[in-house]
Amino acid sequence: MKKLLLASAATALVAGTAMAESHMGPVKIGIILGFTGPLESITPDMAGGAELAINEVNESGAFMDGTQIEAVRADSTCIDSAAATAAAERLVTTDGVAGIMGADCSGVTGAILQNVARANGVVMISPSATSPALSEAEDDGMFFRTAPSDARQGEIMSQVIMDRGISEVALTYTNNDYGKGLADSFQKAFEAAGGTVTISAAHEDGKADYSAEVASLASAGGEVLVVAGYTDQGGKGIIQASLDSGAFDTFVLPDGMIGQQIVDDLGDGLTGSFGQLPGSDSEGSAIFQEMATEAGINPTGIYTGESYDAAALMILAMAKAGSTSAADYAGEIMDIANAPGEQILPGELAKALELIEAGEEIDYVGATAVELIEPGESAGTFKEIEIRDGAIETVGFR
Amino acid sequence: MTDILNAIVALSNFVLIPGAAYGAQLALGALGVTLIYGILRFSNFAHGDTMAFGTMATILVTWGLQSMGISFGFLPTALIALPVGIAITGLLLLGTDRAVYRFYRKQKAAPVVLVIVSIGVMFVMNGLVRFIIGVGDVNFADGARFVINARQFREMTGLDEGLAIRSTTLITLITAAIAVALLFWFLNKTRTGKSMRAFSDNEDLALLSGINPERVVAVTWLIVAALATTAGVLYGLDKSFKAFTYFQLLLPIFAAAIVGGLGNPLGAIAGGFVIAFSEVLVTYAWKKVLEYLLPENLEPSSLVQLLSTDYKFAVSFAILIIVLLFKPTGLFKGQSV
Repeated sequence: MKKLLLASAATALVAGTAMAESHMGPVKIGIILGFTGPLESITPDMAGGAELAINEVNESGAFMDGTQIEAVRADSTCIDSAAATAAAERLVTTDGVAGIMGADCSGVTGAILQNVARANGVVMISPSATSPALSEAEDDGMFFRTAPSDARQGEIMSQVIMDRGISEVALTYTNNDYGKGLADSFQKAFEAAGGTVTISAAHEDGKADYSAEVASLASAGGEVLVVAGYTDQGGKGIIQASLDSGAFDTFVLPDGMIGQQIVDDLGDGLTGSFGQLPGSDSEGSAIFQEMATEAGINPTGIYTGESYDAAALMILAMAKAGSTSAADYAGEIMDIANAPGEQILPGELAKALELIEAGEEIDYVGATAVELIEPGESAGTFKEIEIRDGAIETVGFR
Repeated sequence: MTDILNAIVALSNFVLIPGAAYGAQLALGALGVTLIYGILRFSNFAHGDTMAFGTMATILVTWGLQSMGISFGFLPTALIALPVGIAITGLLLLGTDRAVYRFYRKQKAAPVVLVIVSIGVMFVMNGLVRFIIGVGDVNFADGARFVINARQFREMTGLDEGLAIRSTTLITLITAAIAVALLFWFLNKTRTGKSMRAFSDNEDLALLSGINPERVVAVTWLIVAALATTAGVLYGLDKSFKAFTYFQLLLPIFAAAIVGGLGNPLGAIAGGFVIAFSEVLVTYAWKKVLEYLLPENLEPSSLVQLLSTDYKFAVSFAILIIVLLFKPTGLFKGQSV
């Protein structure tokens, strides 16, 4: 009996190595997103974006001598770290994925990174986790993201304000991870650039009255009021009360505060206010929109392009390293994403694979003009907007 | 001299006027809570959503009027629609009483049972309002927005500080004053009002002297409908209408009613203003006012803020606890909870 076991184990082992060497089986990539939970409405399109890149490579047959890639979906739930960890564990141990595209929300992404990715040495590329905390997380060089950190938005916002010759601002933020993270990073960047934040006051969403907050903000003073909140929540209440009492005339609006609804509701009061939100006018985003529409995916869905880019980066890095082992290809991801090299747009993955085969450098641009900065996250292109005559107008890109 | 004026104007603009308007809105809400507590003897958790329902009804009528081209000059159209809104809300409250509360009253259910029942009613109304008008923000104020705005005031007076008086603030204060005066006249001078007070003071004696309890209950609900709808509409005109915010209003309203003394109408009014001003005053940054008042070498460089605005809800509940510890029946003599 013992001999039989030993023999079968040995056979399996030999067979396993043989398989790996000849690239017979498909390479698996895990797609872990919150298919249930708060993001369930946008995750199907995100997964679709990633699978679009995988299908494109499979059809070309140019990846590692025609090796096929198989996507394996798993549910991160967005909020339940334990469930997300279990799902990722399954991807790595049972399915044997070579890399993970995900996760979506910052909290579960951190949990999977610490409990699964680092423990097993698997690369993760998240398309949508934006928490600044992930920049500082220990990742052994295994974690990347194609979405910009909110810390980045804080810096951009600081530049936008400085460029308008404003050096003194009051700051209010919605009391949650998004608001606090953005407010802190903005304050740090703004003060480093020589500006003054007269007050940084939190506000709670959905409360009855904001006159106390506005009173304090007005007393502290400042040329403009930075509102890191939500359009349909406390952020709007603060702006309304500030306009009513004449406390501030101009407001700085980050991504959570920009929407046509608030402009319509507040009318003239917002004229002259400005802000920024992630977005690019790159050639790649137009091409990606066409490709996605053809594949039946909503191209305007948030983070769909980032998902395509995350999957594409992972595949190209594997091709460049000539290996599906994380230890080999993790180091190539930054190279692939950044200049120098031939620019690669969406739909050109086959061309990219051929260039890599020929030993040439490539610079992956993709759907969202990817440019990775240390420690492996998107530099992020931001659209600067200004509100004129009741419309949100784009005034430039940063 | 101008410095002192500037200080006064800044304080009025950011503390006194908004505080007074918010206080009046809370006071009207607390009056409704306190009446139900005094006469029907339970804490009505559905009150915030009654306000939401009344406001919703008024908004729908306002839209109807606007589509017919009727407006109220520089006053908001919603004021014309208000009586209709009150009538619809009154019908709803009488209906709920018939369908729900009367059953428990007949059983002589303990007050805590009625409180739980009112939470059930709250969820039903909650759903009803969201179902009819949606969960989003609705802005239904029309007419003139300002009596005087900050810029005009600055130009007129030459002061550095602006003073904005919104028409809705004035309307809130005036309407609240009228509503309170009517209520007190009704409770003290009319026969029905007196029978209500008798019923509230001693139910058994009131029944013995031939007061019809069902009538008292019905009149109470109608008054509550009027107060809740008025409070809700005034709040909505001043800020905007959103079902969730009205639900959240329940907490400060209860705090106001309890601080003032549950069951005591005067206390409800005082409590409303105490809660509103404590939220604004304790967390106010005095920097600007002090800059005007103090000589230059004494000017503060910090914000001179007692507590950060994060704690403004803690402030009203701290006051609530202190009052309950030292005066369990509230500032004015109400019933102990």
